[in-house]
Amino acid sequence: MAKKPIQFHLNGSEKAIFVEEGQNLLDVIRRGVGDLTPKYGCGQGTCGTCTVLIDGKPHLSCLTLAETIEGRQVSTTGGLQRGAELHPLQKAFMEGFAAQCGYCTPGMLMAAKALLDKNPNPSRDEVVEAISGNICRCTGYEPIINAILEAAKAGGARRYG
Amino acid sequence: MTIEFRKEYFADERDDNLNEIGKPTQRQDALGHVTGRSPFFDDHLFDGLLHIRCVRSPHHHARIRRIDTSEAERMPGVVRIITGRDVPQNLNTLLSLLDFGIDDEPLLSEKKVSYKGEPVAAVVAESERAARDAVAKVRVDWEELPAVFDVEEAVKPGAPVVNDIYPGNLFIYHGKYDHQKLRFGDVEAGFRQADQVIEGRYQMSPIEQAPTETCGAIAAPETNDRYVVYTSTQALFFSLDTTSKLLKTPSNRLHFIGGTVGGGFGGKVDSLHEPLAVLGTMLTGRPCKYIFDREEEMQVGAPRGAERWYIRDGVMNDGRIVARKFIGYFDSGAYTRLSSYAIIKGVGHLPGPYTIPNVYADVYCVFTNRTPATAMRGFGITGVDFAIEAHMDKVAHAVNMDPIELRILNAYRDGDMKAHRRLAKNTALIECCQVAAEKAQWPISQKARQASSLREGGGERAKIPNFTAIDQNGLVTGFTAGNYARKAKRSEPAAPQSLPTQTPRHDSVPVAPRYEQPVRPQHQPAASAPPPPAPPAQTASDARRTRFSSISGLRRR
Repeated sequence: MAKKPIQFHLNGSEKAIFVEEGQNLLDVIRRGVGDLTPKYGCGQGTCGTCTVLIDGKPHLSCLTLAETIEGRQVSTTGGLQRGAELHPLQKAFMEGFAAQCGYCTPGMLMAAKALLDKNPNPSRDEVVEAISGNICRCTGYEPIINAILEAAKAGGARRYG
Repeated sequence: MTIEFRKEYFADERDDNLNEIGKPTQRQDALGHVTGRSPFFDDHLFDGLLHIRCVRSPHHHARIRRIDTSEAERMPGVVRIITGRDVPQNLNTLLSLLDFGIDDEPLLSEKKVSYKGEPVAAVVAESERAARDAVAKVRVDWEELPAVFDVEEAVKPGAPVVNDIYPGNLFIYHGKYDHQKLRFGDVEAGFRQADQVIEGRYQMSPIEQAPTETCGAIAAPETNDRYVVYTSTQALFFSLDTTSKLLKTPSNRLHFIGGTVGGGFGGKVDSLHEPLAVLGTMLTGRPCKYIFDREEEMQVGAPRGAERWYIRDGVMNDGRIVARKFIGYFDSGAYTRLSSYAIIKGVGHLPGPYTIPNVYADVYCVFTNRTPATAMRGFGITGVDFAIEAHMDKVAHAVNMDPIELRILNAYRDGDMKAHRRLAKNTALIECCQVAAEKAQWPISQKARQASSLREGGGERAKIPNFTAIDQNGLVTGFTAGNYARKAKRSEPAAPQSLPTQTPRHDSVPVAPRYEQPVRPQHQPAASAPPPPAPPAQTASDARRTRFSSISGLRRR
């Protein structure tokens, strides 16, 4: 199968890799460059657990052709922390019991980050809208919504880029 | 996060001077979860990882005439094709590990399939895509068979036989009966005594657990002649022992690592992935991953099973329930998995949290050509509780009584004898009803508000009925209660093979256990009835003085 070289930025660092035709971005991030934080849940774009940011906007990496990210900025939960310090969203998720099994959490965090980056003080409805593409089977969503609102209240989400 | 405690209840039974209990505590895995570093099974990378995908039946019920893998074997990237012949012990039932049930399910079927999606072969390939492409090239010559999807249809004489181990389509309890029985008092006498008899039929569809992480496992050779297995299982030792049994490999050669489960809810106990992943590794010498895709998770992943319940209550006009009879059907799907056990659990729970002097239940574990059912949150209880509580509302309506007050009136109280002959302790249904009514601003009478689980239980209510109507309905022959564990222990030369040598059959054509034509228990004169079990040493008054405390065992009040 034909392979194609691509270059992109993952959480700020430059990556270069050969990808197969039709290979999806999730597979390239996980197995290609070894960032295991985005998860596979359905491979059909219905669960949101593979959500990553491309140039700051949330995308389903399982449905994104790897070839299309040439030269673009990709962010995952792996790049959310700044050194040892947790991102305000991570802190709020921990303190608010917003992660139970933890499998949807990386996708939720990226969907929430995309929201707070563009709207630092969202309403509850805006939070619900922002995570409406992400399925959580454990929490019933309430703790997640509350944690995102808490993180917004704590402010400073933008400092984490 | 605030938790509301109603500490005014049972205050003298509890030590509140505790450091952790009752206070929110940070989960130890929370940091891993929010940083995305929690090690789920698929978060382990291996060089040269092979991918396993199964060839699955497109039919609900079919005989396998021939499996032709020759074209698939020549497909690019295919390393190995596995069929049932490659599985050292290709018949198992999960609960054989608990000495319960007969092996009835192959890992890869060789002769016939009994549900849509049943695996008959597995392709091991260099990539997932290569495995998928090769699966499409495996030719299976099917002979389609008539299928049965309804529990009551499946137990009729002449219904298609779903599972050859159980020709009546019914799981056999204790090697003896085609259903699990509960007999407490005499329900027929109770119905005669009752002012009204109220009947209901309830059913619940299968429910898929739908975890966000699909079920799967990765196996790899270790340097010490062992295999390491990373798995999503909820039941690590079930999976370990099942793999050991199916592959005839000592468990000390299997190094299982689990504990990080991306949602399970009961759907990750069936141990389907680990044996195949390890077998793939044994046959190829390379790391192998076997994971459900989402479609498989929904179609093949075992759901909570469907249930159908018929409930018949004898009720006095003042709301007291004096007799309750259940006929229940669990749809086990094509194989046993955990439904037979769910019924044992469920029958121990009947007649729900109520004190009823006459209780009868026949509960059938039925095989149909549907996806095998397994555990899910409270399985064995959830379906029948829905039926019981829906029926309680129906009864309340029939006797023109408030539904919450009907529950408080019939609720079990400390010291009452339950139908499975254990004294009730730590009961709290009355208090739950009171708090629920208060929160819903639902008016209940002064009397109902003042009722207590601690009062008016025991005494007459602690007694086992003087007469219990028993019967031999559903008696079967030709089945042994023997199974995997017991067979291994026995060394008699005449011990039967792993399968019954004679085809087990119902002794007589089973009377279709339909509620409309119930098999009446044979009333026996009290004199010739076997003596009731000895009363428990613990008396009702003891039970009221001593309530069980989860903190320190039995505590004196």
